[in-house]
Amino acid sequence: MSSLWISGGRVVDPASGVDEIADLLVSSGKIASLHRHSAGASPPADLPAGTQVIDATGLIVSPGLIDLHVSLREPGFEEDEVTATGTAAALAGGFCTIAAQSDTNPVVDNRSAAEFIRLQADRAANCRVLPLGAVTRQHAGTELAEIGQLVDGGAVAFSDAKTPISNSEVMRRALEYTRMFNRPIFHFSMVPELMEGGVMHEGFEATRLGLRGIPAAAQDIMTGRDIALAELTEGRIHLMCVTTRDSVSQIRNARARGIRVTADVTPHHLLLTDSVMSTFDTLCKTNPPFRSRDHIEALIEGLKDGTISAISSDHQPHSFEKKQVELDVAPFGICSLETTLSVCIRALIEPGHLTWTQLLAALTSGPAAILGIAAGTLRPESPADITLIDPNFEWTVDATRFASRSRNTPFHNQVFRGRAVVTIVDGQVRWSLNPLP
Amino acid sequence: MQLNELPVTGPWGERHLLGLETLSAEQLGTILDLADELRERTENGTRRIELLKGLAVANLFFENSTRTRTSFSLAARRLGADTVDFTASSSSLSKGETFIDTARTIEAMGVDMVICRHRTPGAPHLLADHLRSGVLNAGDGTHEHPTQGLLDIFTIRRHLGRIRGLTVALVGDIRHSRVARSNIHGLLKLGARVIVCGPPTLIPADIRRLGVEVAWNFDEILPEVDCVNLLRVQFERQRGAFFPSIAEYASLFGMNGDRIRRARKDVLVLAPGPINRGVEITPEVADGPHSVILDQVTNGLLIRMACLTLLARERKTPEAGAA
Repeated sequence: MSSLWISGGRVVDPASGVDEIADLLVSSGKIASLHRHSAGASPPADLPAGTQVIDATGLIVSPGLIDLHVSLREPGFEEDEVTATGTAAALAGGFCTIAAQSDTNPVVDNRSAAEFIRLQADRAANCRVLPLGAVTRQHAGTELAEIGQLVDGGAVAFSDAKTPISNSEVMRRALEYTRMFNRPIFHFSMVPELMEGGVMHEGFEATRLGLRGIPAAAQDIMTGRDIALAELTEGRIHLMCVTTRDSVSQIRNARARGIRVTADVTPHHLLLTDSVMSTFDTLCKTNPPFRSRDHIEALIEGLKDGTISAISSDHQPHSFEKKQVELDVAPFGICSLETTLSVCIRALIEPGHLTWTQLLAALTSGPAAILGIAAGTLRPESPADITLIDPNFEWTVDATRFASRSRNTPFHNQVFRGRAVVTIVDGQVRWSLNPLP
Repeated sequence: MQLNELPVTGPWGERHLLGLETLSAEQLGTILDLADELRERTENGTRRIELLKGLAVANLFFENSTRTRTSFSLAARRLGADTVDFTASSSSLSKGETFIDTARTIEAMGVDMVICRHRTPGAPHLLADHLRSGVLNAGDGTHEHPTQGLLDIFTIRRHLGRIRGLTVALVGDIRHSRVARSNIHGLLKLGARVIVCGPPTLIPADIRRLGVEVAWNFDEILPEVDCVNLLRVQFERQRGAFFPSIAEYASLFGMNGDRIRRARKDVLVLAPGPINRGVEITPEVADGPHSVILDQVTNGLLIRMACLTLLARERKTPEAGAA
């Protein structure tokens, strides 16, 4: 297998605490060694023959980004996305590993469905794809899916995607049952009755616009229940898309008490508030909804102190026609893989809320720890999944040029600074913004 | 009479009328003054004035309505326009054609202005983004109903001579009422004091930030108000229980003879209708001397004629310079 010499970049590896200008040698698909960089020096003479040299001067060399939940839509919703396009979008966003949600049709609630996800990922040969298995059959929330069979089929964690498991008895049994596989349950913690019919955050903006709101309490209440059940069962629960101040505070307290709860946040919930709904734009309709500024501040505090240890794109591609309808019938979600890193930079790095090490931890070692996978670090002998980031690259989001099959982004035509420029998976350059010399 | 011969005294400049929130006090004044002018020239809306001759107006009603649709149709015809009615009670999606495609199809038949009633807030805004025609919001879900707000304000102004300094109570289901929102925006811009009154389940907590006062006790505010606008209980928009029984609602918030006697002696009683007799208002009050409910209906015609006229003046025409 070929070798890579990535020279002169700022190597930021949160897992090992490295943040320095260094050269990185990759060989046989693994990180081989890290070398102190000396300016002007040419690559060492003893590099293996045929080593590809990448000049990373001015770039950040990060462990390959990892996304905890992405909807790839295949099978069942091929008009929105297929594995090939979704994984291409992941690479263009700097992601080397994504966990694929189980909300396909049919849902991933059996072994062969999980194996199909992996098969399509192998065929696409873009980024790594780890299936998430359903917690309950057909996401109905009543009977457990064949969790052991799903593990055999490659499922790394369990989730009913955007369908909350409202029956506490079912959730309790699921948390108990998954303990023997040491795999977490990814839950969308919302009280269905408080979410029903809502299209945006409940607050002044919703009142003004006459739109039905989803109160913060919808998430707060379910977060509290999930924490109580995690404590009762000693199971592992991961809360997806945390958006409220009170949820962050409950998770912080629970973690301090040793309860096995983790949480993630999406980049768009860190940047946009409920005021974006004033134009009734279906592209801004997400679930959970965009909240108000005080909630965003609490989310940022949660990221700073590690209460929230991962950022997920929560990629929700929807075909153009599905979003070109009235607000109440339009589906929730945004097509976000290709803008996630840039939105994070805008929301977290530019205002000085997080350091690069903190941000990249939430995109690499943090999600790797939640998934329990040996990835998300540049330590020698780790898989050579690497993302090169140009922190100063100015670009304009052009949804028409997305690698994703869908275009539903509220960031179209917006200018961002910083993005992934090269994505390396298994020691191979799988994607680069510009051709490499 | 030609469109541009009509004296329009105030500022306008809008291609669409989507809500009162985005209009200035001066623009609101322009509409009210034009409605007064049309009232003079048409003998209270009973005579035709051919300002929109040769234009076509489409009524796109995606939600049931008889009163508003009839009022708009009549207003357009009194102005000499051709009208076409399109009614679809269910979501366009269920029929396989999107709402926008339906509107584009109707527009392609040569329509100049579109009047849209829809159950979803923002639906007319979506049309305004996709159509060449002027769009007039005839009620979008629980968001706004600008012509209803205008006709309520016009009725108050005709009876009391002013808006500034008046205290107006909007009573009832504020949460689900587009009429309430349009009234609030219009009345506040024109200098009125607005009190919203109803059970806490029907008044969103944040409504104060719009600049209104909130009261849960109708009897306490009764002596202070110059006008009471009794909003219809929107049984069809309520999900679940917002109050225990109609009888309890009527006893707490219904306008009856007893309350009329305790109100100011010249209090004006409005109701956007259709009224639920015996719920928000007793027949004694509805048909009594304080009620201006039927005036509201007549004024609605004038307001809608004024709005159509203003939008027609700003419309985009395929052949530049025409009009």
